[in-house]
Amino acid sequence: MKVLTLNFLTCAVKACKSSTASFPLHPKDCELVSDTIEANPALIYNILPRVDWAALMTTASELGFPTLPAQAPTKEELEADEKMMGELHTLLLETQISEGMLRCGNCGHEYRVKEGIANFLLPNHLV
Amino acid sequence: MDYMIRFTQVHETFRLAEIEALAVLEGIHLEVLSYSPSSPFCFVKLPSEDAARRLVKRSILAKAIYEVWGSGSNYLDLHDNVRGLSQHVWPLYKTCSFKFSVDSFQGSRSTTEQRKLIEEFRFLGFDGPIKMKGAEQDFCISEEFQFDAAALGVHQPQAVHLGRYLGGSEREIIGKYDLKKRKYICTTSMDAELALITANITLAAPGKLFYDPFVGSGSFPVACAHFGALAFGSDIDGRSIRGKGKGKPDLVANFIQYGLTNQFGDSFVADLTNTPLRAAKLFDGIVCDPPYGVREGLKVLGCRDPTKGKEPIFRDGKAHHTEESFIPPKKPYSFLAMLDDILDFATLSLVDGGRLSFWMPTSNDLDQEIQIPIHPCLQITSVCTQEFNRWSRRLITYRRIPDSEVVAGVAREQRTKETGVNADDLNPFRKGYFQGFKAAFSSGKLSTSLAALRPDYEVFD
Ligand SMILES: C[S@@+](CC[C@H](N)C(=O)[O-])C[C@H]1O[C@@H](n2cnc3c(N)ncnc32)[C@H](O)[C@@H]1O
Ligand SMILES: [Zn+2]
Repeated sequence: MKVLTLNFLTCAVKACKSSTASFPLHPKDCELVSDTIEANPALIYNILPRVDWAALMTTASELGFPTLPAQAPTKEELEADEKMMGELHTLLLETQISEGMLRCGNCGHEYRVKEGIANFLLPNHLV
Repeated sequence: MDYMIRFTQVHETFRLAEIEALAVLEGIHLEVLSYSPSSPFCFVKLPSEDAARRLVKRSILAKAIYEVWGSGSNYLDLHDNVRGLSQHVWPLYKTCSFKFSVDSFQGSRSTTEQRKLIEEFRFLGFDGPIKMKGAEQDFCISEEFQFDAAALGVHQPQAVHLGRYLGGSEREIIGKYDLKKRKYICTTSMDAELALITANITLAAPGKLFYDPFVGSGSFPVACAHFGALAFGSDIDGRSIRGKGKGKPDLVANFIQYGLTNQFGDSFVADLTNTPLRAAKLFDGIVCDPPYGVREGLKVLGCRDPTKGKEPIFRDGKAHHTEESFIPPKKPYSFLAMLDDILDFATLSLVDGGRLSFWMPTSNDLDQEIQIPIHPCLQITSVCTQEFNRWSRRLITYRRIPDSEVVAGVAREQRTKETGVNADDLNPFRKGYFQGFKAAFSSGKLSTSLAALRPDYEVFD
């Protein structure tokens, strides 16, 4: 599962949605792999406004990536900063969680990631 | 000059929807001058020759586009019309290499007849060499014969046109995505042609994010990825994403087969009615074929018995639901409620101007028809129908209108969330399928076509 996707996901439990603690989910005992994906600046520009930057900062630090700037770069900044663009591409699109758990900070429920596929199905008592 | 789109004569009700979507995608002002479901020739006004080429270049249902040099109800009229409409451009093509062909719809012409028709255009005064392959300009004589002309002994077309070829479409890629050659398919994989058309109607394009919440074997994400979008998908059935096990093909195998791995977003296991996606404008397009509820395909998380399973179960001091082998219970759900859920989800998750397309079945009996669901934030942009004997399926497409344009006060009638446990009670289509269509179902003919189109879901729990 891509770091980008992690930024789009929160806890599946309805009661958790309103709590800020449920997002982002926290990777636990995660194995990371990296895929090579063709650079696609237009895609990154389109993605950036949809990324929750604060959550991405949390995820990056939890996964052991270098600290991101406190504010999301603008399109102009990215156009001028090839290195930043490359790093974002690597973090958002190339880095994948292959195995591990994702933990909700609100209810504590853990979602399993197996072979890169996260499972968000809930047991009945959480539906 | 006007332009003529040469459509294929299949999936007629999808043709204008696709072309109109492509006009939106390319930012081209398109005016349809004449169109008939029974004809493959459609006349349009466009700002330029370049716009004409861009309009059809990724179409699946158009074959080509032409600059119109003339039309008539017979050849005398056509020749006159060509003189009147196009004489001023003849000098431009005086010396270039060229080719003529004849396209007879619902009719046929021998080579001798074709040659004769072509020679009658000698008055155009072209002096360049004739090249059967790679000519600089291709001209096409298009003939429309009435339906069943041959059987009725009719030898003259009812309309004829002359056009200069400008560009072709992407129709030939249907073969590349043919399900028969695809690595990973399931019983409900969407036909390649219809999946590609759906992706066009939903405006899939490079740089955009697309999502299918009922991804199955991934037919829609593959089609959207073909057009350059980054494609995501999820399904309540993990096996549909993972495949049958180690070394066996899975959803990603299709992206690998077609060289689309750069366009693969992600796949995960989730129930749309308990989605883990955060409520934010994340996607440019949502495309899906939801389960119709025939033979228990439509399920959501939860126990059938509402009194059960309210507490976690512990075994040997370990919470059962935390074990890897745990399979969460599922229960049947209403198809109509699911349609509402899809609309609500799309309203939250689409960017302004983003599109939702989904397929839904309906009975051809008016009294059993399933109404097209509506939502104040979603404007219907097209409804296309694929007809079968007793039922049809429709592709319905909506545009997410910006909140500022939503008409206040038109609250949507909230459907009562049915809580029945019987799949028939929950799903009118299922009921019709098994009861209303019974006569047809047992006639043999329909049951085979139904089985081919919407075969059984595997029952899973
Ligand atoms: C018609 S199939 C989609 C097939 C897919 N378009 C393809 O080309 O392979 C419907 C899918 O919806 C899934 N499904 C059923 N109930 C669901 C739910 N509540 N949430 C998410 N997916 C569900 C089924 O597992 C099935 O794969
Ligand atoms: Zn939670």
